[in-house]
Amino acid sequence: MAATISMLKGASNSPVGLARSEENVWIKRGLIIVTLLFLGFFLFLPLAAVFSAALEKGFGAYFASFDDPDALAAIKLTLIAAGIAVPLNLVFGLAAAWLIAKFNFAGKSVLLTLIDLPFAVSPVISGLIYVLLFGLQGWFGPWLAEHDIKIIFAVPGIVLATVFVTFPFVARELIPLMQEQGSDEEQAALVLGANGWQTFWRVTLPNVKWALLYGVILCNARAMGEFGAVSVVSGHIRGMTNTIPLHVEILYNEYNFVAAFAVASLLAILALLTLVAKSLVEWRARQELAAALEPTMIKD
Amino acid sequence: MKIVLKQASVIPGFGLTLGYTVFYLSLIVLLPISALFLKTATLGWGEFWSIVSNPRVVASYRLTFGASLVGALINAFFGFIVAWTLVRYSFPGKKIIDALVDLPFALPTAVSGIALTAIYSSNGWVGRYLEPLGIKAAYTPLGVTIALTFIGLPFVVRTLQPALEELDPATEEAARSLGASRMQTFLRVILPAVFPALLTGFALSFARALGEYGSVVFISGNMPMFTEITPLLIIAKLEQYDYAGATAIASVMLLASFAILLVINFLQWYSSHRYRTGV
Amino acid sequence: MSIEIRNINKTFGSFTALKDINLLVPSGELVALLGPSGCGKTTLLRIISGLEQPDPGNGAILFHDEDVASRSVADRKIGFVFQHYALFRHMSVFDNVAFGLTVKPRSQRPGKEEIRDQVMELLRLVQLESQANRFPSQLSGGQRQRVALARALAVKPKVLLLDEPFGALDAKVRQELRRWLRRLHDELHVTSVFVTHDQEEALEVSDQVVVMNAGQIEQVGPPAEVYDHPANPFVYQFLGNVNLFHGRIDGGEAKINHLDRSQSEQEVVAYVRPHDLDVSRERTSPDAIEAIVRYIHAAGGMPRLELERLDNGESIAAEVARERYRELELQVGDHLFVTPRNLRFFVEGAPLDYQI
Repeated sequence: MAATISMLKGASNSPVGLARSEENVWIKRGLIIVTLLFLGFFLFLPLAAVFSAALEKGFGAYFASFDDPDALAAIKLTLIAAGIAVPLNLVFGLAAAWLIAKFNFAGKSVLLTLIDLPFAVSPVISGLIYVLLFGLQGWFGPWLAEHDIKIIFAVPGIVLATVFVTFPFVARELIPLMQEQGSDEEQAALVLGANGWQTFWRVTLPNVKWALLYGVILCNARAMGEFGAVSVVSGHIRGMTNTIPLHVEILYNEYNFVAAFAVASLLAILALLTLVAKSLVEWRARQELAAALEPTMIKD
Repeated sequence: MKIVLKQASVIPGFGLTLGYTVFYLSLIVLLPISALFLKTATLGWGEFWSIVSNPRVVASYRLTFGASLVGALINAFFGFIVAWTLVRYSFPGKKIIDALVDLPFALPTAVSGIALTAIYSSNGWVGRYLEPLGIKAAYTPLGVTIALTFIGLPFVVRTLQPALEELDPATEEAARSLGASRMQTFLRVILPAVFPALLTGFALSFARALGEYGSVVFISGNMPMFTEITPLLIIAKLEQYDYAGATAIASVMLLASFAILLVINFLQWYSSHRYRTGV
Repeated sequence: MSIEIRNINKTFGSFTALKDINLLVPSGELVALLGPSGCGKTTLLRIISGLEQPDPGNGAILFHDEDVASRSVADRKIGFVFQHYALFRHMSVFDNVAFGLTVKPRSQRPGKEEIRDQVMELLRLVQLESQANRFPSQLSGGQRQRVALARALAVKPKVLLLDEPFGALDAKVRQELRRWLRRLHDELHVTSVFVTHDQEEALEVSDQVVVMNAGQIEQVGPPAEVYDHPANPFVYQFLGNVNLFHGRIDGGEAKINHLDRSQSEQEVVAYVRPHDLDVSRERTSPDAIEAIVRYIHAAGGMPRLELERLDNGESIAAEVARERYRELELQVGDHLFVTPRNLRFFVEGAPLDYQI
């Protein structure tokens, strides 16, 4: 068999077809300018405003904002909440994606809708539902009070609200990918004598690792940045139940703008890192996909 | 015909994953949400109605729905241009711009809230130029609309991008070869093909705006009857320990969200099935 | 190891994929499951493998007289080559082939060196030693196919099952690979079953062909027998091009060249392959059918003629030897007499013991 590998790409592979390239250059420039202006106004300006306001009184004042036990306590609490919520939803995401991608069963589409449900719920309501369950007047309120367990206006409530709002992130990244990949490779592994866990660890997981990472990054960003839901269950006790976003709110409402924006800039940096990580992951995933699709270029 | 509950499969783990998924979903999502509806059900109909039809509450619906709708429309229009530009053209810095589109997803809402307020308040970067024109953005419904536009922006762009990328260039070339003008090609070939995606993006953006809290509370000023959004009203009720009031309003919001979720699901189903023939 | 299938049924919802299948695959043979898409051949293969379960009932699957129906895929000791190969895309060729060995329980797992030796030997067998460190995406279709085969063979299967093994390859590679598979099978002698919808492939490669249609087995036999003596019209039509003539039985004799159906006693259908038709400019037998040449496809080993019957306007496909074609100096529009050489009659689907 003559296996000559030709790396030549066909001309038709270019995304810019004939009809597209003939486009009027002024329309093109106009649309690019509108895009840049719109995004500049709506995206770049707010981002710049955060850093500008944070550094308004110089770097000294900026760094002094973090030299505050309440700020450090807020950072610590945010890390705890994200540290619990992300792994929980990661495990859930894997289980749900396996279930939905590998099996056909009655009620699958209902299940899919229910998994997406937390996205449709206002953050404020996400907090409220836990107050209704665990608050003093809630279902379990009296029982909890009797046993001296605090959930609402305490750390567990914050963790629960965070878990709720970040619930679908990993699952919804994995489900479409795993559905698309089908279960051919898993079947091949099983035929070759692998057991369920071996198949999962050695075949499925490596195939979805980028989507998984992507989901985790998004999940983490939301977990650290959640405001509305956490605000409802937190009780805003300084140094105790304030997360970073809540701490920002308190500082802002106290007209301590430099500190508010300094702490906010921390979250903005986190957001930018998230975008960078997300782009990197997308880039890697695209590369692997391109490599996987390349076979069409290789002739026997 | 017998109903097949589960098709047989050699892949292991059905029981385990089904059990865990349903358990976790019930614990984290279903139980708490049902608590909301059960709590609402304990209110009498008259009591419920008087809470949810109170003028201050109705004013908040009007603002929330109105500003969300306007925001979603702005996003549908500009989002289309942004998606188009990002898919079709190449220009310096495109990759960065593309990544930046997700900023409203990634930036914590409280941060967007104070940043937008700082920009649009009367001495802010933009606000100071608007004020001489007699336009007040911060602490008015306009400010609310700006915030809701900001947070809904990625939805339209991100749902449209793949739809535009998937368009087969050959169909456009075919339209052109049949004598259609560029405008005709756009209106009759491209737009119909991506319209479901546009509608989905619009609905997602609208749904997200309805429930938004963090980025709005700072810029709105929270004046009852004027710039008070519904989610804020729920928090206000909670802070007065008026659980019944908060719950009643929340259930109205939740039903609205579910309705939109249904519409979105239908749109996605429709756009993936409309050209499928046969079974 | 022989494979025996007894009374297997399979339904998907209201669709019957397999209906009371019985089949014996003798030890060491290479058997083709041949049929159009949707005929149930892949389902049957997957049931043999254990990837699919038959409907509950009294059916049985025996490997060397031992019922394996209750055994899981992993315990059936089979090799399975998937239609689209299902190679592990994140593993190198080497790791793909080694996978089946490395997932064995620790007590049965060969040592690292041993695995290495076995894998390299298999790669030599499929002529891919030099590609051991490549990833599936860097291989051509034919190379992937061979990796899939090596991977399946690594666990030393007693039975090798291949699902449309050459389906995704282009025509030329396909031909090379199937000859190679035949040689490989002659070397290894592992009982093999492969699924195909390509009759040429089935006839060329296999020891036995199992022709399937609509969930049932139509005929089983060696390629020559199935081709020359099709059991029914379906097999006739499925294996190669065929002309179909409607006729009737007249005085104990089947006739196909008369239009007059009024006095027909029994309708018959006759089948004849295009290369079993004689064409001439003069009537050579009373059975000859008059026809006009409509098209001539002269390219290829046997020029093909499309003819139109004068009596009823039906079209006939004929293949004539090159010399004969030159000799006749055929042109479109020519008037010809067509005489079938090897005609088989079927009455309501059942063969009639009558041949011209």
